[in-house]
Amino acid sequence: MADVNITVDGKKVTAPAGTLLIEACKSVGIEVPSFCYYPNLSLQGACRMCLVKVEKMPKLQTACTTVISEGMIAITNNDEVRQARKSMVELLLGNHPLDCPVCDAGGECELQDMTFSYGAAESKFMEAKNHKDEQQWSPVVYFDRPRCILCYRCVRVCGEAMDVWALGVQNRGVVSVIAPNKEDHLECEECGMCIDICPVGALTSGAYRYKTRPWEMNHVGTICTHCGDGCKTTLGVRRSDSGMQIVRGDNRDKSGINGDFLCIKGRYAFDFADDPQRVTTPLIRRDGQLAPSTWEEAFELIGKRFAEIRDKEGGRAIGVVGSNRTTNEENYLLSKFARVVLKTNSIDHRRTADFPAFAAAMVGKPHAAATMRDVFNAPAILVIGNNPTEQHPLLAWQIRNNVRLHRARLYVINSRPIKLRRQATSFTEIPQGTEGQAAAFLGGDDSAAEALGSGSREMWVGLRDKLRGEGKLIIIFDSAIRGKDISALVKFGSAVSGAKFVCLGDYSNSRGAADMGLYPDFLPGYRPIADASTFKDEWGDMPTAPGLNVSQMAEAAAAGTLKGFYVVGSNPVGGLGLDPFAFSNTFVVVQDMFLTETAQMADVVLPSANAYEKAGTFTNTCGDIQLVKKAGEVSDVKSDFEMIVRIADATGFEVRKLVPFGGRGTSADMGQSRGAQSGEADRHVVWLEAHGLEPKMSPFDPMAILDEIQRLVPGYDVSRMNLLAGNDQHTTTVGTGQGGVQDAKLIAPANDNLFTSGTLGRYSRALNSVIENRNPEPAEEVAAD
Amino acid sequence: MHLVSHPDEVKVVSKRFGKGATDLDRYLALDGYKAVQKALGMQPDGIINEVKNSGLRGRGGAGFNTGLKWSFVPKQSAKPKYILCNGDESEPGTCKDRLIFEHDPHAVIEGVVIAGLAVGSHTGYIYIRGEYRYLSNLMQKAIKDAYARGLLGKNIFGSGYDFDVYWHGGAGAYEVGEESALMESLEGKRGIPRIRPPFPAVVGLWGGPTVINNAETLASVPHIILGGAEWYSNLGTPKNGGTRLFCLSGHLNRPGVYELPMGYNLKKMIYEVGGGIPNRKKLKAVVPGGSSTPVLTADEIDAPMDFDSLMKAGSMLGSGGVVVLDETTCIVKFALRTMKFYRHESCGWCIPCREGTDWLEKTLIRLHAGGGLKKDIDNILYLSENMLGRTFCPLGDAAAMPTIAFVKKFRKEFEDHLEARPCAFEAAGSVERLPVMA
Ligand SMILES: Cc1cc2nc3c(=O)[nH]c(=O)nc-3n(C[C@H](O)[C@H](O)[C@H](O)COP(=O)(O)O)c2cc1C
Ligand code: SF4
Ligand code: SF4
Ligand code: SF4
Ligand code: SF4
Ligand code: FES
Repeated sequence: MADVNITVDGKKVTAPAGTLLIEACKSVGIEVPSFCYYPNLSLQGACRMCLVKVEKMPKLQTACTTVISEGMIAITNNDEVRQARKSMVELLLGNHPLDCPVCDAGGECELQDMTFSYGAAESKFMEAKNHKDEQQWSPVVYFDRPRCILCYRCVRVCGEAMDVWALGVQNRGVVSVIAPNKEDHLECEECGMCIDICPVGALTSGAYRYKTRPWEMNHVGTICTHCGDGCKTTLGVRRSDSGMQIVRGDNRDKSGINGDFLCIKGRYAFDFADDPQRVTTPLIRRDGQLAPSTWEEAFELIGKRFAEIRDKEGGRAIGVVGSNRTTNEENYLLSKFARVVLKTNSIDHRRTADFPAFAAAMVGKPHAAATMRDVFNAPAILVIGNNPTEQHPLLAWQIRNNVRLHRARLYVINSRPIKLRRQATSFTEIPQGTEGQAAAFLGGDDSAAEALGSGSREMWVGLRDKLRGEGKLIIIFDSAIRGKDISALVKFGSAVSGAKFVCLGDYSNSRGAADMGLYPDFLPGYRPIADASTFKDEWGDMPTAPGLNVSQMAEAAAAGTLKGFYVVGSNPVGGLGLDPFAFSNTFVVVQDMFLTETAQMADVVLPSANAYEKAGTFTNTCGDIQLVKKAGEVSDVKSDFEMIVRIADATGFEVRKLVPFGGRGTSADMGQSRGAQSGEADRHVVWLEAHGLEPKMSPFDPMAILDEIQRLVPGYDVSRMNLLAGNDQHTTTVGTGQGGVQDAKLIAPANDNLFTSGTLGRYSRALNSVIENRNPEPAEEVAAD
Repeated sequence: MHLVSHPDEVKVVSKRFGKGATDLDRYLALDGYKAVQKALGMQPDGIINEVKNSGLRGRGGAGFNTGLKWSFVPKQSAKPKYILCNGDESEPGTCKDRLIFEHDPHAVIEGVVIAGLAVGSHTGYIYIRGEYRYLSNLMQKAIKDAYARGLLGKNIFGSGYDFDVYWHGGAGAYEVGEESALMESLEGKRGIPRIRPPFPAVVGLWGGPTVINNAETLASVPHIILGGAEWYSNLGTPKNGGTRLFCLSGHLNRPGVYELPMGYNLKKMIYEVGGGIPNRKKLKAVVPGGSSTPVLTADEIDAPMDFDSLMKAGSMLGSGGVVVLDETTCIVKFALRTMKFYRHESCGWCIPCREGTDWLEKTLIRLHAGGGLKKDIDNILYLSENMLGRTFCPLGDAAAMPTIAFVKKFRKEFEDHLEARPCAFEAAGSVERLPVMA
């Protein structure tokens, strides 16, 4: 759009036509105070804080609703304007309880800030303030009317941005009040967006309220550990008996791929971390019972047994299961450890999507993988299958708000009337389980239309033509589409110029687990085992035949040929239904936070740190790689990274060959072994010195492995500087050839909904309290259409 | 409502009052629907020019030239255009639309249809104040009768032009008389005003270009079409064409609604048309155009009642509600009663009006009860002046303007209430005789 020139306080400002005066002022560093204005939400003109003088206008004008026009002259700081602001604050404070000393928002409250900057010191009012008691609307949302300044941000974020419409205004005049959708309580998605956006302490969070003051916390920016979308979150961390406690999750840092967004899990479900059921000491099975042991004893036992089995039965007798929630560095290390130290290719994880087929289909199209940011900007989006609102809340947010703000055209093909249909230009219902056929049809297999239910063939052909006509389409699908259907879909999409794709995996690092080669037949970067040469050069000797997948491991265990089973951050018994009795004669080692169904059958259980307690990187489902930062030190647990290294060491392996620290590595670290909060440096120093190693070059430093990942895994060669600065970087992983056609049975999607998150979710008090409080009807039905 | 009359009256809008014109046949016999038929033969621009030249200015309060307003509606529009009749009449002191609905509902319908022809709209809504339930029944019947005769609906008067008229009732909110809040209400939402621009003429009801006019404005239109612009404009003063229904209330011998030419002298209106003040009491003050207009003192009333003259006199013609207060009236109590209304009617959307009216009412209650301090008087002024011109819609101004005038013009009465002094008027037993508002 053409640019418009205006003058603000004597400064020349040039901004695109259509820009709001408040934004134009901001662009040259002139702050115009505001309460009700919030970027990307509808304009209100309600709080009148942003009144400024615009020449030729008799009255002061609201900068938040005034669109700039050529030659406009605005004054934001004369006596009249200052007086208007001052009186607005005075009026707001009139009925405000001024309970800042106990208010959650105290210290980060916009009303406090405005009062400080623009307000008056004395009060003119003598009468009693209007009062209303505080209300609890849901396990996680509380409302304190007297603090509310009626900026309507909560109402808008819930309605316009979340498409839930659970909040509204009741009554009128001075007794106006924000009200929840079910008379006295909320039935909603419990995202807490309303709380986050509230400029004052009127909406408070059940998880955080009255726990601490903002300035008493450390604020650590990291990545949510739940679904595969990879929201950036800021954890509020406090010291506690066990080292640290996370008391709050929010997104004060809006630079992430999620902007303003967090769902209930990112915002509240960090509380599994301080669940009393956490394992806090290594356990070794003695006389049939898991009993506490020391770390040294545990590592020694594991190292000895694994080495014995490997040397006596061969590496094939050991199976390894990795995790969807451990870091890339840990997954890469585990993949290497299995092949190089244990000499086995029998390594797997819970596969939540057919990433190898996707990688294969992307050969030659390194820029065809969409980023999470792309989803917010694409002119057209096709979603086949999945229910993003429940399974990929951020993705749903991106789609929804892209449609709302940029008028993207959304095409939905689904077997259920998912909530996103409300944003859709076109919604096509298909029978359950026919997503693959839909992909095949789009890919040109007209016979596949037979399976697609009532829609006529003409309708399907019409839809296909329409999609072909879309420039820059993003095609999104999940594990319902696999193998050759993925290649058909990618082939179809590629006929659309500039099309991009998203293959949805379910957990926080599902994509990373796949990229890092937690497969019996693929090395990191989907390189087939048979084509291991590069890795051989780096890693040294390793077995060349594909190993066993998870279910084959269970069969082998039942048959007595799997003697060792090493499970890192996964629960294949609970999650994949493996028979625990099959492993009766297998030496089972489990690294986990909880005594899961799998841990309960283990011979050794090692208490592990979760993603909030360590550093590394995660790759989200779109392939965006982001830095995971350690929120603080927790005693009694170790990162999986450290444990893998310690086990390798205990088998007698030369650790330097596993983690190239020192020599070829790097001297930087990720705060894992250094830093004010970490405290780990001291612990490591003891071990390192005992082994005659240089303390600053820790083998427990994920950075050393990140170096190797960036060198060896195609597409991971992103800017290290940006990554460490906390910016999302897009990987462009492509297969190196024919992707393996995976056994469809091996793909086990998480099927989580908004309020569940696999095993982790079971230990979240916040999620459980919401589930218990729930009406059986889904949120969608209660929301206004 | 009891009908009154006075020889000075010039009956245009009220010409069918008391003549049974709610009955369609009677209405037709009294020149009813002739104006629509005439308008059907005119060019749309011709209609607009006629109304523009008549000098008809909005009777809802703001006094904008009606024809000019119509001319802002774009000729081409992808969305349907609408005509909206504002019959929310809730301004204290105002009770004229009520008489039109009661005695001449078809005139409103006719005005709506002509406005539709002028701007190329095919749909009209008549929005009637919630409390006027009995009038809604009358209006519904009138609409039904007109449909039955083919005067509304498809192919009106066999002209090939379709026009539908709907009735809609309010839910009891003064604020919904504000044009954009009225549209929200009509669309089934909370009655809260909209951000302008865009203005209704471009983006109004359901997003379509919309003409919104007061019921009296629209009821005047058929007379202009039949009588001609020149005739109508000559009835009033320059730029203030025609006549208007003045609602005289308060301390008067003959209160009531009188139709007088624009520019009629206020003093004459009070002493001759309204019959003067009862019981030989002295006049203290006059609220000249509904409760939101600044009060005039007894010395200020020798003024012509038209939009421009009253503006010059420091007040406004507003909605035509003339409230007369005699010397027994406590201005503090009157200011309090006025503020009570605005506090109650504030929609609460914006800070200055929502909070300001609350604190003004609280302070005035205390002050009237004798608990006032000297600084309270300044605070009342301070609050009002800081509301003025800074609210989201004019309701905030409507609360602030009269308050400022009360304090500035009657400061001594406020001071007399300070420091636990009893209200002098209360003691004299005048409370019951204060005009009842709202
Ligand atoms: C608070 C408020 C209340 C109003 N109430 C009414 C009303 O009851 N009737 C009315 O016709 N106009 C009312 N108005 C004026 C309308 O907004 C609008 O100006 C009018 O309907 C336009 O019609 P007119 O040009 O024919 O006067 C009100 C305005 C405000 C700010
Ligand atoms: S869905 Fe619930 S928690 Fe989220 S913004 Fe709406 S009311 Fe708040
Ligand atoms: S609760 Fe908070 S966000 Fe909602 S209107 Fe009140 S102050 Fe604004
Ligand atoms: S959308 Fe996913 S990544 Fe984002 S907060 Fe929710 S669970 Fe976490
Ligand atoms: S001034 Fe503000 S609070 Fe008052 S009625 Fe208008 S919009 Fe509502
Ligand atoms: S920020 Fe402009 S009115 Fe609230």
